[in-house]
Amino acid sequence: MNALAARRRHPAAIGILLLIGLFLMGAAYAAIAPRPAEAAVSSATQVDEGKQLFLANCASCHGLNAEGRATGAGASVAGPALAGVGAAAVEFQMGTGRMPMRAPAAQAPRDDRIKFTEEQITAIGAYVASLAPGPSVPSEEAVDPARGDAVKGGELFRVNCAMCHNFAGAGGALTRGKYAPALTGVAPKDIYMAMETGPQSMPVFNDTNLTPEAKRDIIAFLTAVNEEPKAGGFTLGSLGPVSEGMFAWIFGLGIMVGCAIWLGNKAA
Amino acid sequence: MMTTANARPADALRADDRPVSTRTPSAGARKIGGVAGWVDDRTGAAKGVGYLMKKVFPDHWSFMLGEIAMYSMIIALISGAFLTLWFVPSMGHTVYDGSYAPLRGVEMSEAYASTLHISFDVRGGLIIRQIHHWAALMFVVAVVVHMFRVFFTGAFRKPRELNWVIGSVLALLAIVEGFSGYSLPDDLLSGTGIRAMQGFVQTAPVIGSYLVYGIFGGPFPGEAIIPRLYSAHILLLPAVIIGLFTAHILLVAIQKHTQYPGPGRTNDNVVGFPVMPVYAAKAGGFFFIVFGVIALIAAVISINPVWGYGPYDPSPVTAGSQPDWYMGFADGALRLLPGWLEFTALGYTLSLNIMPGALILLPLVYVVVGVYPFVERWITGDDREHHLLQRPRNAPVRTAIGMAGITMYSVLMFAAANDIMAIKLHMSINDITYFLRTAFFVAPFIVFWVTKRICLSLQRADRNKVLHQRESGTIIRTPEGAFFERHEGLSEYERWKLVDFEPVAPIQLEQRVDANGVEKPLTGKDRMRARLSRFYFKDAVQPVTPAELAAAHHDGHGHEAIEAGEHAGSVHR
Repeated sequence: MNALAARRRHPAAIGILLLIGLFLMGAAYAAIAPRPAEAAVSSATQVDEGKQLFLANCASCHGLNAEGRATGAGASVAGPALAGVGAAAVEFQMGTGRMPMRAPAAQAPRDDRIKFTEEQITAIGAYVASLAPGPSVPSEEAVDPARGDAVKGGELFRVNCAMCHNFAGAGGALTRGKYAPALTGVAPKDIYMAMETGPQSMPVFNDTNLTPEAKRDIIAFLTAVNEEPKAGGFTLGSLGPVSEGMFAWIFGLGIMVGCAIWLGNKAA
Repeated sequence: MMTTANARPADALRADDRPVSTRTPSAGARKIGGVAGWVDDRTGAAKGVGYLMKKVFPDHWSFMLGEIAMYSMIIALISGAFLTLWFVPSMGHTVYDGSYAPLRGVEMSEAYASTLHISFDVRGGLIIRQIHHWAALMFVVAVVVHMFRVFFTGAFRKPRELNWVIGSVLALLAIVEGFSGYSLPDDLLSGTGIRAMQGFVQTAPVIGSYLVYGIFGGPFPGEAIIPRLYSAHILLLPAVIIGLFTAHILLVAIQKHTQYPGPGRTNDNVVGFPVMPVYAAKAGGFFFIVFGVIALIAAVISINPVWGYGPYDPSPVTAGSQPDWYMGFADGALRLLPGWLEFTALGYTLSLNIMPGALILLPLVYVVVGVYPFVERWITGDDREHHLLQRPRNAPVRTAIGMAGITMYSVLMFAAANDIMAIKLHMSINDITYFLRTAFFVAPFIVFWVTKRICLSLQRADRNKVLHQRESGTIIRTPEGAFFERHEGLSEYERWKLVDFEPVAPIQLEQRVDANGVEKPLTGKDRMRARLSRFYFKDAVQPVTPAELAAAHHDGHGHEAIEAGEHAGSVHR
């Protein structure tokens, strides 16, 4: 103890004390902090389990019977009615972390910190699907890019999707802060369900509009675009002439003016 | 070896130059001389070449901005010649059968198929395509920056107004040339560009639809537009551009290059190095630097990946459809113009929501730019020749006008990217558009005021530095007990560029009499000119005069005499 007492005025002492204090606080918080409420898994059927989860996590916006709720301010809606959206919509919205929404916003952003387990999402999906028939989660085979035709998918993509999502799926802007997200790194299943259910501002591409095979072709195209070697070099985000012009101004001109200054200062 | 174009006191600097050696030429040199003599006997070229080789150019990095433009243009010409060997300027239908798998079996035009062929099946084709496109972008960037340099240093003043006009026409032609090239591959992006152009032409009152039928040889898209743009892109426009460019360069040689103020530099000489050997080496080397930088960028950074856009088809369009940057300001104007400006009268539609940005803005910008030297000359009444450049701070109002103009242009240019800004900065496209609409009208005034204040402050700082020299931070106590800070000397060379500019004052309105002694009444034009002159020069900061300098040196504390000189130093013309 003497050795410690002797060093109590050491310059590092305050820092070490702070670190110890913070560590202890953190450990104590982790031990006694209230855990997120875990829904009771008491009901026998998946639908019942889903309903419980729904009531605990979704009903505040979507209503106790998923009938949807208004915010009370004008015509704005806290959460739409969910009858008929199907299990696919639940799987897409919750499986990509869009729901539950963290905060009111123009649009629910994708969030890789997914708040529910796969079983819980499936259960909520089963509950929502039980309200009214709607699109269901596609099979592995239906979304397998290897079975699709990328050439045909490319044509379909340019006609149906590129005007919002950009030619390379890099995303694009919509009105008032809404946007079409980038399609890079999105699971084939999620792309399929998005077309099927039309989340956020996206229109629904049902099976008469785009057949299941056509949807698979689009998935094949997007996978091909993501995986193909970039023939031209770095793509600058595949955003078109804006990023190219910016590169020319900042780097092209920057490097050349740098060289000109160097050459100008060089004695003859 | 420094060279001056005519005899000056500064020749003393060359007093100890070694005389040119008079040894007999070597056998090799004689052989070259023989060839040169042969050519000279038949063309009489020796005089002109000799004149050009001995031409003296001043040295400054900003004088090389025009060189960047020239070299980028040459690179675009060379790489473009390569591309013409394979490009097929035809709207004829074909089915792609090349090595880019995601498009194999897709119906497309021969123009697009040949562009894909160049990109994937011609050896080195893709990098040449990318060099061509990057060189084109850099060409226009360098042209614009070169114009900034010429504008802000006053290099457009007499006798160079004509060359400024030629340069403005060249700048306009450069972007038209760029647009015609952008439209050729017939991919989804370029086809959307042509579609937009068709819409723009249609907004011309009364004749719009007839014009479109003329340009496209029928309804959109027809089969004629690509071949027509092609002949404009590779024949007509390059020929005009090269012709004007030659005139531009010849005028620089004839009028001699301007130079920045500095020791030994006056309005009547050019201080610098002769073309041979110094500039030939420097400029030649710089060509390879520019080529190298463009080739490096083209090798590493993708530009216009036509294979990704797919073939043009009038029904789809891609998000982020923008023109290349130099057309951005016109696109941006369209995005900012409100839709309620469209009117219908007597069965005709007047599309004032499109026409100002699409048809009027482009020529207007270049007319305003081209006319500026004449306007400034009229306002200043300055009819003398100027070969000595101004530092931008020494022409505060012009610099501020230039910055305000750049601001307006930039607001429009950024507006063309409003959707990209919205997704990348997570903002609402509507808010961005409203902000930029306001900025277009407000920002130029703010920028004007701020720039002018900065210029005046810099000028005052220069005056202060010349009169009171540099603060050394050393405090000296005199035997009497007084304290003062020692100011360290400014060498004559440093001082030169701080004082070498002309005093200016607003034009005074004065009654004039005609030949019979009768008073000529002041016209509105006179008053207007006096007002504008006041606007330009009313708060001009004058250069330090030798008398002020002497006063300051004689008595370090004589502030009154010096400060008074700031106003008394004005000169009336």
